[in-house]
Amino acid sequence: MKNRSRNFYLIPYVIWIALFVIAPLFLVLYYSFFNIEGEFTLSNYQKFFTPVYLKMTFSSFWYAFLITLFTLLIAYPTAYLLTKTKHKQLWLLLIIVPSWINLLLKAYAFLGIFGTYGAANSILEVIGIGSQQILFTDFSFIFVSVYIFLPFMILPIFNALDELNPSLLYASSDLGASQWTTFTRVIFPLTLDGVKAGCQIVFIPALSLFMLTRLIAGNRVITLGTAIEQHFLVTQDWGMGSTIAVFLILAMVLIMIFTGTRKKGVL
Amino acid sequence: MKQLVRAFVAVLAISFILLYIVNRLNSAQGLTEGNVLTVFNWGDYIDAELIDKFGEETGIKVIYETFDSNEAMLTKIQQGGTTYDIAVPSEYTIEKMKEEDLLLPVDHSKIPNLKNIDERFMDLSFDPGNEYSIPYFWGTVGIVYNTDMLEEKGMTLTSWNDLWDPRLKNEILLIDGAREIMGMGLNSLHYSLNDKNDDHLMEAKEKLDSLTPNIKAIVGDEIRLLMENDEASIGLVWSGVAAELMWEKDNLEYVVPEEGSNLWFDNMVIPKTAKNIDGAHQFMNFILDAENAAQNTEYVGYSTPNKAAVALLDEEIVGDERFYPDEEMTARLEVYENLGPRLLSRYNDLFLEFKMHRK
Repeated sequence: MKNRSRNFYLIPYVIWIALFVIAPLFLVLYYSFFNIEGEFTLSNYQKFFTPVYLKMTFSSFWYAFLITLFTLLIAYPTAYLLTKTKHKQLWLLLIIVPSWINLLLKAYAFLGIFGTYGAANSILEVIGIGSQQILFTDFSFIFVSVYIFLPFMILPIFNALDELNPSLLYASSDLGASQWTTFTRVIFPLTLDGVKAGCQIVFIPALSLFMLTRLIAGNRVITLGTAIEQHFLVTQDWGMGSTIAVFLILAMVLIMIFTGTRKKGVL
Repeated sequence: MKQLVRAFVAVLAISFILLYIVNRLNSAQGLTEGNVLTVFNWGDYIDAELIDKFGEETGIKVIYETFDSNEAMLTKIQQGGTTYDIAVPSEYTIEKMKEEDLLLPVDHSKIPNLKNIDERFMDLSFDPGNEYSIPYFWGTVGIVYNTDMLEEKGMTLTSWNDLWDPRLKNEILLIDGAREIMGMGLNSLHYSLNDKNDDHLMEAKEKLDSLTPNIKAIVGDEIRLLMENDEASIGLVWSGVAAELMWEKDNLEYVVPEEGSNLWFDNMVIPKTAKNIDGAHQFMNFILDAENAAQNTEYVGYSTPNKAAVALLDEEIVGDERFYPDEEMTARLEVYENLGPRLLSRYNDLFLEFKMHRK
């Protein structure tokens, strides 16, 4: 009886997964075999391996990599400092709150801040560097992306650092390890799972960013996400859009496997 | 188990109660079938006062929804989740919707105000005899530019090819539309913007690539905001956007390039799924009324096809050749044809490649 009722409780979950995760994935795969005239074909896959889409794939990965790297470089020290502060939950909340604001709103705000006559340029004027073109450059694209993804990287790293047993650190310093050695040999390896989780949460959405490429990068950066959006909304070439999505999903699965948490530490 | 069943029953009960309340509320407001008209239009493309006025005059409650591209609108109508009684697609989409049998014919006898429409805008190639569509607004694609900046550089801007001037480095904003931008490339080479010859398309794409150093960004509707903030001095826009910008800023000017450009029409249609067909006709007739059309034109800023409204409007607005081009100029303008999926996808692919071209 107990077992049966447990299965019964599973039903909503199973239905949810089947309807909203498995079925859409199969639909994407299904659509990817049809060309714009609705004929069954593999030509979409052939098209994906033309220089245009390969170049796009490469640049998507490159930008996603840069975004993840810079997010990590900022998030790790921030998370570390957070664990050292007195009211860490409050500070954490302050970092999380901006992520409640809609992404589009934030992007529009940056249009103003980074504009030719925006706040950023006024500051540059005052310190004597002079006005620069900030909007529609690689810099602004990566900066805004990093800003948006930062909370998602800080959280898992913060949790990992917070759970770290302080006695390990005392032991390390007792045994004569320098602070740097303690960091590289004790703290970092023990928080690696948090770092991996953070990288996953950032890298995967960064691969398919599309609104920011238009608003902040002025379509000077074209990612696979932009192409999918265009194929679905403008060309109505759902087949090609789905094909790109299939490759994105494959890439994501590979990344998940690659950065997946292994129970037995590598180090 | 028992708890779960109880929870299910509770949820169901609450749902029914809510459904009942919504129903009661709707009927209290007179929102019963026949009394509602769902209009599907472009964003910010009607004077909201007119919607209220229509409601007061006819007792029909208007539900107004907006879209931002013909393609998005088409997808929604094809899927039929909401039943729209009026939609406002552009000409090439009307052709497509006709082909796909998504439209109901318009009964001209129910729209006496149709006589207000200028003959020039009736019986066009995309809808012979206006069987399915009634003109709403029309306009062109052109260049809006900052006169101060051009004076500073001692330049004039009259043609597409002027944009390739190296002095305009990093000054141009383009609209993110494949037809518009490919059309610009084709027009600058004196080809038709409906060109079907692949060599010409390739040539146009290469020509566009060489414009890259002058392009600051390729953006969507935010082009209005960016031009307003002096972010760039030249923008490729639709005439209505230009009209609004010039309203805000005195140093902006609009030109339809001399090589030719796009002439477009947005027409009102009745989708096949419409429920309130009578109301839809009433709405069309209401919009075509001279005074209403004039009021709408003043608000929206695009060009009206309504000659009775033109007579009511300020000479300053309708005498403006930039927005009401004369016959000679209109002759150089072309209407987008429905290219068919294969060719359209070719246009889009080339546009995508152009966007990927880095400086």
